[in-house]
Amino acid sequence: MIPEIGHFALILALAAALVQSVLPILGAQSGRTLWMESARTTATLQVVLVGIAFAALIRSFVISDFTVLNVVENSHSLKPMIFKVAGSWGSHEGSLLLWTLILVVFGGGVAVLGSNIPAGLKARTLSVQAWISVGFLTFMLFTSNPFDRVSPPPLDGQDLNPLLQDIGLAMHPPLLYFGYVGFSIVFSFAVAALIEGRVDPAWARWVRPWTLAAWISLTAGIALGSWWAYYELGWGGWWFWDPVENVSFMPWLLGTALLHSAIVTEKRDAFKSWTILLAILTFSLSLLGTFIVRSGLLTSVHAFAVDPERGLYILGLLGATVVGSLTLYAWRAPQLDPGGLFRPISREAGLLVNNLLLATATATVLFGTLYPLFVEAIADEKISVGPPYFNATFIPFMLPLVIMMGIGPFLSWKRADLPGVWQRLRWVMAIAVGVALAVWYLQTDGPLLAVVSLAIAAWLFAATLREWGLRIKLFNAPFSESVRRARNLPRASHGMTLAHLGVAVLILGFVGSSAWKQEHTLFAEPGTTIEIAGFDMIFEGVKRVRGANYVAQQGQLRVLKDGAEVSLLRPERRNYPVAGSSTTESAIRTTLAGDLYVTIVEPAADAASGKWTLRILYEPLVVWIWIGSAMLILGGAMSMSDRRLRVGAPKRSARATALQPAE
Amino acid sequence: MKHWLIAIVLMSMASVAWGVEPDEILDDPVLEQRARSISKQLRCVVCLNQDIDSSNAGVARTMRILLRERLVAGDSDRKVLNFFVERYGDFVLFRPPLKGSTYLLWFGPLLIFGLGAGIAVVAIRRARGKGAHLKVQSLSADEEREIQALLREEKGSNSP
Amino acid sequence: MNRLVVALPALLALVLGGFFLWGLNPERDPNAVPSARIAEPVPEFVLPAVGGTGTPGLSAEDLRTTGEPVLVNVFASWCVPCRAEHAVLTGFVVQEGVRLMGINYQDKPEDAANWLSSLGNPYERIGSDLEGRVGIDWAISGVPETFVVDGSGVVVFRYVGPIIALDAQAKVRAAIEAAKGQR
Repeated sequence: MIPEIGHFALILALAAALVQSVLPILGAQSGRTLWMESARTTATLQVVLVGIAFAALIRSFVISDFTVLNVVENSHSLKPMIFKVAGSWGSHEGSLLLWTLILVVFGGGVAVLGSNIPAGLKARTLSVQAWISVGFLTFMLFTSNPFDRVSPPPLDGQDLNPLLQDIGLAMHPPLLYFGYVGFSIVFSFAVAALIEGRVDPAWARWVRPWTLAAWISLTAGIALGSWWAYYELGWGGWWFWDPVENVSFMPWLLGTALLHSAIVTEKRDAFKSWTILLAILTFSLSLLGTFIVRSGLLTSVHAFAVDPERGLYILGLLGATVVGSLTLYAWRAPQLDPGGLFRPISREAGLLVNNLLLATATATVLFGTLYPLFVEAIADEKISVGPPYFNATFIPFMLPLVIMMGIGPFLSWKRADLPGVWQRLRWVMAIAVGVALAVWYLQTDGPLLAVVSLAIAAWLFAATLREWGLRIKLFNAPFSESVRRARNLPRASHGMTLAHLGVAVLILGFVGSSAWKQEHTLFAEPGTTIEIAGFDMIFEGVKRVRGANYVAQQGQLRVLKDGAEVSLLRPERRNYPVAGSSTTESAIRTTLAGDLYVTIVEPAADAASGKWTLRILYEPLVVWIWIGSAMLILGGAMSMSDRRLRVGAPKRSARATALQPAE
Repeated sequence: MKHWLIAIVLMSMASVAWGVEPDEILDDPVLEQRARSISKQLRCVVCLNQDIDSSNAGVARTMRILLRERLVAGDSDRKVLNFFVERYGDFVLFRPPLKGSTYLLWFGPLLIFGLGAGIAVVAIRRARGKGAHLKVQSLSADEEREIQALLREEKGSNSP
Repeated sequence: MNRLVVALPALLALVLGGFFLWGLNPERDPNAVPSARIAEPVPEFVLPAVGGTGTPGLSAEDLRTTGEPVLVNVFASWCVPCRAEHAVLTGFVVQEGVRLMGINYQDKPEDAANWLSSLGNPYERIGSDLEGRVGIDWAISGVPETFVVDGSGVVVFRYVGPIIALDAQAKVRAAIEAAKGQR
């Protein structure tokens, strides 16, 4: 009964979405307030109905209702409860339902919280959002119904893959989807603005919190995915330039560009056409991601199971949305006036370079990911494009970007005084050079790129701190004065500072764990001592342990530094008898300086039975990647909580007359 | 066919990427280092987008052993890679070689950057042209000094 | 010019869409691994016999001197789909007079011998590729994989996966016929 209620709720939600697709936008065209207001009702209704459907699906998983096909394919009675729940969004159908839920939640959010948005724009935005809902709801109802029944019901479910029973992996899809789908509302705002034929600076301010919400979530989702890969897969890597990873990274890159471009639109009434285009493209990339993962187009470990019918449907959805919105853009964008002028040395110019580099980097990743498809189609030849390509082409665009990030906040709007900027950055330059020399001296066996990258990271860190210090007059005024100034700085400033510092920290983690990684792989008998990175590790043998649904061989290694014991590491090789598979659970000792990472496995070659294969890694500075990600997320959250975004855009008349400090 | 492929995939995934085993490691650390870096460039042909360095598939292990033999026999990195290309084609290389069908791939990013920069420059010039009629009258020397002083003071309190 | 620039994203999206449409073609297998060995002479190799089977070993020279197209089937006792394929291959040999050579891939001779004695041995020759090197020389991407080699030792066709389904069998038969015609 409950699954049928869920199914019916989806059908009703489709009806509400259809109404919302038509009424509000017609209302905006003709000025009928009642029709525009209807969006609030239909949007709320959609949230409730899709929520009911989602709850129905979760309930089916919780009680292990094996008459529901989706539960059979993605769950098992022996799964721990939390993973049963997570199984509801782990499949193609379930994840679509989650997509749709987040889609309507964002629509509902704008309907209910967007009281400062003009009625016409709001109505049009909600209609566009409803068009997307209709697309996804029909996709689900016609090809991917999560509530399909199976009769007779099997005795138990089919999915007990232990690799997927991990809390990090369970949370990774919802965070990612919140990000992908969050950009849908920005897309809707953009299309609505194009339909209206005008983009105000105020538009950019209304759009900012929604963009930030999506961006923060996407950052968290990507970081979580990387972190999971790092600790679970056994060899300490965290990014593989796999097509599905790339497809999550591209909306993030373009979303970052969008955040910055929107600032220019808001403050200087410029870059309007470009910001609109970015808003459309960012969500287009989210949709592209959905398509690639579910269509079987590209080879990846990540992909969902495939169905040509579904692939075509998503392609249709993708095509209609993307080509439709871009055609609208081609038609209407020339009518937007170009806005504020600026000199070649100015903050606008700096942000222009920022956007150019981010957009090119995104295009490069897209190009590399899809190129094998192009070559196969045109030349009937198969090639592979992997990490060597992406590292060689992506990094050269990112390093100049990071350098720019250091300078940008020092530039003033419209016209900046370059010599003055240099004056203020002198010591920062010196620090960067100093770091380069120090790294070069201490680690002569590292690649040159590592030295350069660390120097650039130091540059960004110091420049960001310097800018913040100047703003609060640190050391130039009494301390209490600095504290007062810091308190009065808008939250968005603190957000920017924290996020930019986070990027520098990220680079530290990226470089440390890639350039100076150490590894020892060996056959070990109990009593063997392994020396790595200044630590002595004594392998003390293996014993059997029993877990909830597994039996494991657990190794023990005593870690000593300078003779004193610092840790006891217990890597495991787990066997899940019911699932019929096994996993390795590595033991990791994390410190700020680096991670000691141990994995244990039975060797493949029979000749060495009786011994164990140990792989020991030392990953310097890798924890800074997760710390840096957290800083990005916190910085974004701070920006989002800025009062100015909630109070609303200042009234037009007041803005024209008031003399405000350059903001 | 698909079932077979899925079975292979599940077999290789279930125990999780494992990679180089101790009995494969060469005695000469320089050669071993080369072997590892070459392994990272070779695609495991039975896996879904993984390199042979990290895969625990049987074919990957054979490839790792073979490539080490070639290194010990004195082949250069290029020759070792070619050994596999002779058998599997360019598909087995993660770094696509520069040839007719990949010129666009390698030069593409630079072309895209150039295109983007060109469009940006043209768009700005055009906008400047449109705003030409808004040119401000030039300032007197005193006014200029006053403005500069104000700007200097203001720059100290710039916020995003 | 401005019109062209703003229309560029839409045009690019259409072009991409075209490629995606092409990519969704159900005939296409995105996971297929290419081989540079088709239309090339067989790689040089000499493999010993699999002990306990009574069947002689296999070498490149054997394949060059057959005088007619033969099937070279890469198999192993640990390979589950190979069991199903075995019946089809036996059918080819017994009912259609196809000559079948085998490469036993990364398989212990005892295991292979037991497997063949319980299922039957349709192979004229079997080479024991214990370490799998010869398999790599043949550019296999997994097991089972079957090749059609013409009478003069040139690899003319490759089938990846077990030959079980009717259309798979048809493809292999057609390849053998084509190779016969070439002589």
